Amino acid sequence: MTMLTRLFLSAAAFMMLGGAPLIAQTKATAENVPIIPHTSVANFFKLPSDLHFGEGIGIATNSKGHIFVYHRSGDTRLFEFDPNGTYVKEWGVGVYGIEFAHQVRVDAQDNVWVVDEGTNMVIKFNPAGRVVMVLGRRPEPVAGAVQTNFPPALDRKYGFGRPTDVTWDAQGNIFVSDGYVNSRVVKFDRNGRFLAQFAGGERGEGPNQLNTPHSITADAQGNIYVGDRGNRRVVVLNNDMTLKTMYTNVGNPWAVCVSPGPRQYLYVSNSNPDSNPAASWAITGEIYKMELDGKIIGRFGKAGKGLGEFSTVHEIDCRNPDQLFVSEISAWRAQKIILSPQKMQTSSSAVAR
Amino acid sequence: MKRSLILSIGAALAITGGALSGQGTAPAIQFDSNPAPLTMPDNIHLGEVAGVATNSRGDIYVYTRTGNPTITIGTARAVSHGGGRLFQFDRSGKYMREIGQGLYGFLQPQQVRVDAQDHVWVVDQMSTQVIKFDQSGRVQMVLSRKPEATAVPTPRMTPLPTNIPVIQPEPAPAGAGAAPARGGPPPGPPGAGVAGESFVRPTDVAWDAQGNIYVADGYGNSRVAKYDRNGKWLKNWGSRGTGEGQFNIVHGIAIDAQGNVYVGDEGNKRIQVFDGEGTFKTQFQNVGAPTALCITRGAQQVLYVAHTGDPDGMEDAAIYKVDLQGKVLGKFGSAGKLPKEFGLVNSIDCRNEHELLVGELSNWRVQKLTLRAAR
Repeated sequence: MTMLTRLFLSAAAFMMLGGAPLIAQTKATAENVPIIPHTSVANFFKLPSDLHFGEGIGIATNSKGHIFVYHRSGDTRLFEFDPNGTYVKEWGVGVYGIEFAHQVRVDAQDNVWVVDEGTNMVIKFNPAGRVVMVLGRRPEPVAGAVQTNFPPALDRKYGFGRPTDVTWDAQGNIFVSDGYVNSRVVKFDRNGRFLAQFAGGERGEGPNQLNTPHSITADAQGNIYVGDRGNRRVVVLNNDMTLKTMYTNVGNPWAVCVSPGPRQYLYVSNSNPDSNPAASWAITGEIYKMELDGKIIGRFGKAGKGLGEFSTVHEIDCRNPDQLFVSEISAWRAQKIILSPQKMQTSSSAVAR
Repeated sequence: MKRSLILSIGAALAITGGALSGQGTAPAIQFDSNPAPLTMPDNIHLGEVAGVATNSRGDIYVYTRTGNPTITIGTARAVSHGGGRLFQFDRSGKYMREIGQGLYGFLQPQQVRVDAQDHVWVVDQMSTQVIKFDQSGRVQMVLSRKPEATAVPTPRMTPLPTNIPVIQPEPAPAGAGAAPARGGPPPGPPGAGVAGESFVRPTDVAWDAQGNIYVADGYGNSRVAKYDRNGKWLKNWGSRGTGEGQFNIVHGIAIDAQGNVYVGDEGNKRIQVFDGEGTFKTQFQNVGAPTALCITRGAQQVLYVAHTGDPDGMEDAAIYKVDLQGKVLGKFGSAGKLPKEFGLVNSIDCRNEHELLVGELSNWRVQKLTLRAAR
């Protein structure tokens, strides 16, 4: 393929899969999924009068229940809240790698990691809020605005192309979903040295390819769950970056999260597209709760702007599997969601009534 | 652009293998690192450390790429701001102050150096400027001029076919990138620059004993420009190429007590040595691709050279200790993110021959390295 052809194909793929209105969000194929009752805590986040959320891009909690929201305000900003939703402080003001938010995650040691797709960087803050490691490198400003729709750099181990998310296994190895330009998952050791990657070649729909890996999470065994958004599937990888299995019935996964603890669950959001095409609301917006083996337990929520409805969920925090936090692009907000699985009715019993 | 990047990386990897085997004989120097010698205020974070330098009291200056370089919309042009900050620390590493806050020429830091009178000089690659501060932190002299407008994307320079392990902007029509702000391309061979200032992505500055100023210029031009102590232009030497007296990215400059000028010619993987008038004397081709130079003071001067062999700072890096005849006395360090590893070293301070300060781009830090005596 010529460079030019690749460029055009890639640009076309971006029109389809990026933030453009043409995004092909589809109805999940799973049927008769039980509904998990849920409520949203009204006015949970309490911001000072002079601060505003922008697009709610990333949300994560630490072990003390503090909540971090990484959002696209006038500038991209990282806010910390206490467990009651009271604003604590802002992190990383003026940090060189913070430009255009994509995700925030907290690791087992309460280090806070942000993934910034405007600088191609993953930044690790220690619990005190100081930068202790960075992955990737911001393009030098002297090079001018860098095009983002060129073909991926297939032979680079370390350089990211609009990365999307980060997770870790129990050993502290680092997994990055990378991303909008590259379309791969990379495994680094805890010190940032390259170990392996999955789907390092061209983007695509083959079993060893990805098409915008948008979100990534790990279970206690070190299996890696990738929201392969463009391919409408959750790709499960073994820890060594080989394919384990795929779940193809839960729509286009924008956000994935595996809860901690002895009984782990996988949450997957089939988010309604950020441009809100009218037809999408009827068929998208819900979040699935699954067993790690792909069995669907139930779903909750639907597209909409009201409390408890979802406006393009971009990240889910599931440290507590019944008290989720979600951040939403289109609504400029984050919500605390309380699930009541004990009140769940199977769809068959619902029909019986 | 992508293709040239891929080619350049591939070539860099190929060259790396050869270079490593060719340099395997350098004795290893044992050393220790303090990877966090500076104490920062809570609300200030270092970004990429482009420059680190000490003055005669041991105060430490750091010129860092931090904050967000921004472009605002002016009268039919984009105006660039910010992105660079200059900090001063005391000899213990305690934060003292910021210098030049909001300065017009702070865009993309490239280097900081302190002269014999403790003036602080910064080189900014994107504003194209060399800025001299007095000891109190006031601007005393400026060389070159920041472009009034920033094109988005910026005009491209014309690189040589190269193995340079840095991401290059896309090639442009010949001469376009090297042109001064107004008018066509300068006369003379590519990279020779103009008679005067108008740097194009300059990288470093040094002085001889008389106070004459030498500017490494740079990525866009391929020349050394010499000025008297008052900033009056004296001469240029160099153009783009691979021959003696030619350069392919002038990435560092240092001057010994005799006034010999050592120029880091990164793309050609060598250091060229000239007299103060630009006459070629010799070259050192045994120190990798130099990205930072420092010559010690005192009777027995030595040269430290940072080598960077890959674009990520994760595969191939070292610092060489070389005598002024080019004999490698030793080398130390490797690429990576841990203490004692180097991620794109862009600056070395060697006021104390056995205790170096090293500024890294990709690791966003300064390391203080203590070298142990050779056994």
